[in-house]
Amino acid sequence: MTDDAFKSDLLDVDPLMMDILLDHYKHPRNFGELDGANVVYEEGNPSCGDQLKIMAKTKDGVIEDIKFVGKGCIISQAAASILTDLVKGEKLERVRDLTKDEMLENIGIPIGPMRLKCALLALKVLKAGVYGQASWPGEEE
Amino acid sequence: MMEAISERAAKQFDVENVRRDFSVLERKINGHALCYLDNAATSQRPKAVVDAVVESLTWSNANIHRAIHTLGYEATVAYEEAHKKVARFINAKSWREIVFVRNATEALNLVAGSWGAANLRAGDEVVVTIMEHHSNIVPWQLLAARLGFELKFIPVTPDGILDLDAAAKLITRKTKLVGAVHASNVLGAINPVEKLREMARSVGARFLLDGAQSIPHMAVDVRALDCDFFAASGHKMCGPTGIGFLYAKKELLDGMPPFLGGGDMIATVTTNGSTWNELPWKFEAGTSAVAEGIGMGAAVDYLSNIGMNSLFEYERELGGYVLEKLRALPYVTLYGHKRGESLAVFSLNVEGVHPHDGANLLDRLGIAVRSGHHCAQPLMNVLGMDNTLRASFYFYNTREEADRLVHALGELKRVFDR
Repeated sequence: MTDDAFKSDLLDVDPLMMDILLDHYKHPRNFGELDGANVVYEEGNPSCGDQLKIMAKTKDGVIEDIKFVGKGCIISQAAASILTDLVKGEKLERVRDLTKDEMLENIGIPIGPMRLKCALLALKVLKAGVYGQASWPGEEE
Repeated sequence: MMEAISERAAKQFDVENVRRDFSVLERKINGHALCYLDNAATSQRPKAVVDAVVESLTWSNANIHRAIHTLGYEATVAYEEAHKKVARFINAKSWREIVFVRNATEALNLVAGSWGAANLRAGDEVVVTIMEHHSNIVPWQLLAARLGFELKFIPVTPDGILDLDAAAKLITRKTKLVGAVHASNVLGAINPVEKLREMARSVGARFLLDGAQSIPHMAVDVRALDCDFFAASGHKMCGPTGIGFLYAKKELLDGMPPFLGGGDMIATVTTNGSTWNELPWKFEAGTSAVAEGIGMGAAVDYLSNIGMNSLFEYERELGGYVLEKLRALPYVTLYGHKRGESLAVFSLNVEGVHPHDGANLLDRLGIAVRSGHHCAQPLMNVLGMDNTLRASFYFYNTREEADRLVHALGELKRVFDR
């Protein structure tokens, strides 16, 4: 087995998307505590130890500022960075209407069934914070 | 005794030969040959075990201890014979000291729920190690909340081995039971259980071993260990899931109240009360996992045929090889393996790589490892470990697979360093 065989396999996710994801992981956008936030919600993923807290300031139905703190795997943390970027300055309806599929599209690499929870943690935390909507409509718990 | 061991160790162990017994090892995962290194979670099952289960299900299926007919007789004999195989495997005095349960977790719950509930009260202490799997912590916590006794933990040294000086201070006249994991599922450390047993004996306490991780890899002799209780799971030692066993000394089992009540565990039932069946059935209420029990018997036969001492020697050599390779990787933090004897179980972190991502990418290379806290959060906390990757080897793993793991860890590092 050559090195190349390994490389191509590890990176058979689009290398560009992997780079973007790594960048979000190592240099997360909107990372840190947010003073004066009126929306604060925190949740973890006990099976893998991902932790995420999202804080937002909203005014007149618009997300004026949003930050997160957390620790965990690349998928969960990069997703939080991507999501906060996506909704900053947007109306709250945008958060309500954001679907799983749109979130996964924004993450940009194929997400296997074992990683779905990691990929959707940020969206779940944000929706729960904004709408008290801790589970997905129609989802079997 | 020593002669017998060296004689068996000398028996030729041929890894390529045993690999043929496990058809799953022919599988490709994501285009790569499966490299199964999650054996501390569950082992794979050899054909002999699968065949025994299939035969029971398709040819000799009946309820045991009830049916007069031929199939009932066959099933009863085979299920009892499985108890006898396990008894011989661990050198128990009698097969009636072997209680079949679902898994080691249930065995430990049985000890707490039956022996513990009958013998512990406020002012007593139960001492376990900080290395325990949650299954030897939570049942005692639940019981302590009801009965008011105290649960204490023997700490580990920074090297990740049991702190025996601290143990000597913790184990006192108040101690009614000392419980220890025989080998750690996180660090691989084989604990100095004889020393703990002596401490337990010196204060008149009972001594319990959680053997879920040890018995798949090393010869276990419960009479030499002189433990009062020994818990194990079938599925970690080549057997099916849903079956495990508790060994306990007969005089203890005789004195213990039943754990679950129901069918098969009684001698007589009247509206005024009931009397109990003979051992071990007193503790096996309801219809048993018959095929699984017979499968565990076949697993014990399979392991005995290989020889536990030659298996142990092979794994020790393989573990030494892995250890040397892992130590040479500057970006890998390895937990444990600093002092004392260990199984080939390696908990580690790759700098800059979350274990979950690591396990995910290793899977893309066909390598199955565990990531997480391994159901041993107290130990992880004191050693300052968060989550780890865990590669756990078994006798069907090879040096080539160890090389693949080491190479893949390097790839992980490279991917995340970009």
